[in-house]
Amino acid sequence: MLTIQEILETIKMIQEENLDIRTITLGISLRDCADPDPQRCCRKIYDKITRLAARLVQVGEEIEQEYGIPIVNKRIAVTPIALVAEGSEVEDYLLFAQTLEKAAQAVGVDFIGGFSALVHKGFTRGDRLLIESIPEALARTERVCASVNVATTRTGINMDAVAIMGHIVKETAALTADRQGIGAARLVVFANAPEDNPFMAGAFHGIGEPECAVNVGISGPGVVKRAIENMPPDADLGELAEKIKKMAFKITRMGELVGREAARRLGVSFGVVDISLAPTPAVGDSVAEILEAMGIERCGAPGTTAALALLNDAVKKGGAMASSYVGGLSGAFIPVSEDAGMVRAAAEGALSLEKLEAMTSVCSVGLDMIVIPGDTPAATIAAIIADEMAIGMVNNKTTGVRIIPAPGKKPGDWVEFGGLLGRAPVIPVSRFSPAAFIARGGRIPAPIQSLGN
Amino acid sequence: MGTAPERIIVTVLGKDRVGIIAGVASVLAEHNVNILDISQTILQEFLAMIMIADISRCSVDLNTLKERLAAKGRELGVRIDAQHEDVFLYMHRI
Repeated sequence: MLTIQEILETIKMIQEENLDIRTITLGISLRDCADPDPQRCCRKIYDKITRLAARLVQVGEEIEQEYGIPIVNKRIAVTPIALVAEGSEVEDYLLFAQTLEKAAQAVGVDFIGGFSALVHKGFTRGDRLLIESIPEALARTERVCASVNVATTRTGINMDAVAIMGHIVKETAALTADRQGIGAARLVVFANAPEDNPFMAGAFHGIGEPECAVNVGISGPGVVKRAIENMPPDADLGELAEKIKKMAFKITRMGELVGREAARRLGVSFGVVDISLAPTPAVGDSVAEILEAMGIERCGAPGTTAALALLNDAVKKGGAMASSYVGGLSGAFIPVSEDAGMVRAAAEGALSLEKLEAMTSVCSVGLDMIVIPGDTPAATIAAIIADEMAIGMVNNKTTGVRIIPAPGKKPGDWVEFGGLLGRAPVIPVSRFSPAAFIARGGRIPAPIQSLGN
Repeated sequence: MGTAPERIIVTVLGKDRVGIIAGVASVLAEHNVNILDISQTILQEFLAMIMIADISRCSVDLNTLKERLAAKGRELGVRIDAQHEDVFLYMHRI
């Protein structure tokens, strides 16, 4: 029998500490939609998405009601569009983005991921066309998310793709200058992109995935923060890790329950629970504040990387046991604009781009939702991407870059995106140029995996 | 609805006063929901009451029942929630 304390703990986690399921993401394969006629291809895409995802939002809401646990987002991830579209005789892929937008709108989801290409070793014709159409596609849609995988541990880094992405990120921001460059918030450049990530903007339905699957992303930084705050001030770091593991276990169980139930009701297979601590702009729902609760005065101070390493590892250890299938990104997220504690640290000058980069070597995802000056050269953006890809490649982990060069903005200015994307100060970028390095192009060879020091 | 036991947990949180248990129990009884267990604790002057109930013969769906309970809660000045038991079992039992 459950005890009253256990029941109250769960209630408190949901009502006071922002425990929620961040997303139920339905992955849909579009491989069978390829067609030489682009219009017919788009019609197949639209029909398939609206058929398979017709009940997604409704099922999400039913589960939310019955179990009393908020499910913040219901989303869709599809096969990387470059793979589907390149069979069509067309140069401009904007119509595929617009088709995804229409399908997303029809089923009532706020984001659809998969306007993507996998180019870690080189480009096909479809990959190039897709990448070229990203700025326009993101400017003329509101729900479509794009991602490009430019590196893996097994293949190295495609530096030609990195150089192009520097331009693409900048152009995407420029085409949405009237909205402070928000288009770039829906574009991720990846190393080792996971095929079953439920979180936007980097979600896509990988080629090894089944026809259709439900992946769930959990949340709950507030729960972990409160648990740490409630520990005695002299509790040692081993005790903190132990506590975090237990909380991560409990949070992940909610994801497991919701994922299985959603898959059952939708009649599709259950993919994974992504055991990530995903912050929101709400006060208290912050990864930075967890690190501060551990004893770092401000996120970004010396000690931050070590504290984050402890947190990330403990979340994985606790979460791994709580779910039968763990996947996706699985780690602590550090998106600056989406995390009130990160925003404060950046505004106070405690958190720099370089420190954020160091932090990404021990946690998931990478340089995320960071606003940089609009006049940052494309080669510098490419080099920031290259550094982050190198961290992912060498450490055998996923890293991503989602940065917004906000048009017309200077360091210290503020950018407001609103909603879950939050707000952030523009942070400075090194003025020294990597242009000659980026201009070389080519591939950085795959790293050696033995002799591991 | 079938007759296999389907259990929900009703939680009542708020300032203690006369008639809370009676109020919640009457809503449940009106809808043919069987109360299996009640426990409560007082935290400072606040009441935390928990009922485990079987809704397998409930005359309305869970959402409607939740709305009726919430309405009763507003009348009594407390917060009343009802959730499927699995939420708690999944979190606290392996």
